Amino acid sequence: MTDKVLIVPLHVEPVVFTRDMLDWLPWLEPMAEQDLTARHMAGLVDAARAKSAYFRLLVRDPEVLEHRTKTDKDIFYNPEAGLPRAERELAAAATSRFNGCIYCASVHARFAATYSKRVEDVDRLLDKGVGTDLDARWNAIVAASVALTSTPITFGPEHVDALRKVGLDEASIVDVINAASFFNWANRLMLSLGEPAAPEKA
Amino acid sequence: MMSDVIDTLAGIEPGSPLEAIRNGRLQARTHAQASYDSLFKPLSEADASTLERIAIACFVAGLHGRPEMEAFYGTALAEAGAPAAWKGVIAAAVKAAKGQGPYGHYPKGPLSAEDKAGPVFKIDAAERSALGARLAAAFEHTHMLVFHPRDAAPTYLQMLVDAGWSATGIVVISQLVAFLSYQIRVVAGLRVLKARPA
Repeated sequence: MTDKVLIVPLHVEPVVFTRDMLDWLPWLEPMAEQDLTARHMAGLVDAARAKSAYFRLLVRDPEVLEHRTKTDKDIFYNPEAGLPRAERELAAAATSRFNGCIYCASVHARFAATYSKRVEDVDRLLDKGVGTDLDARWNAIVAASVALTSTPITFGPEHVDALRKVGLDEASIVDVINAASFFNWANRLMLSLGEPAAPEKA
Repeated sequence: MMSDVIDTLAGIEPGSPLEAIRNGRLQARTHAQASYDSLFKPLSEADASTLERIAIACFVAGLHGRPEMEAFYGTALAEAGAPAAWKGVIAAAVKAAKGQGPYGHYPKGPLSAEDKAGPVFKIDAAERSALGARLAAAFEHTHMLVFHPRDAAPTYLQMLVDAGWSATGIVVISQLVAFLSYQIRVVAGLRVLKARPA
């Protein structure tokens, strides 16, 4: 039987980058919750993700989802050494802003704002884009993320020098590389398998 | 430890400072490798064959213009027993499809000022017949994912369905191209860092 591309329900399409919570509507049928086996639950990693249409769609390949998720969590949540969480989130938000993923940018701009407490700077990145002036350290992180996100990749020794100049050590530079590279993975899934929706007003 | 593809492609030596830093994110390192293994040595080929996956990987590597990635996946293609013509066909498709990203359109509104037009790739008739309808459609989709992912729309998925891809198969090839977008960048970034010691 041929699978169907879904017609999304009537919804309000977000037309700007925002830190608001957004919904996400799939373009292909997610697995039904009642059909999830132990293998699928292992793929979801967190049982709560069985409620998410996005993760129930990706769990059609449970092994890849499991390893994607565990890669993601370590890059962003591992507290040992390297870049502070706020700036890993900044790299994720800048990558998402440059690729144009409104959903991913909303999630990681929220995290960046929460962990850095620099709400106005994060909002300026969302409003004005990746060329906006934040401060020397954040500018270097955003520029490195953009260079890694461009195709062909334009990341070069000048970006490494700029990151060192603003105080990043080698482990922190690797965190920038990991965070920006990972969002080139995440953005492409979020953008191409469904679309964001503004939550319904209560 | 088993060989790690990112370390191999980035030239990270055992015992080197960069290896120690990568081991500081051991879960990320381990599961990036496991992601690669799951994509290229899948438990099931029902929805996307290993040969299809490797052919798409060769195309993605070529679109990024990364010789180390093209060599790696090119070797895998030959070892997987691809038809002899595919190497040339993929090279021709890469040449025709190569561009600069990211570009694309935003939902109509204030962001429309940032819309950036660019080509939508349609594969040549000769290459389509050499690769078959499924892979030809996958290559067209891959080009969008690589260069202009914000143009994604349900119509792109419908073209994959029409070419014979299942919903699960579409998830697999989407993960594949998205994973490669990550892997290629990590390797590129680590190579730059390695060549620029502090």
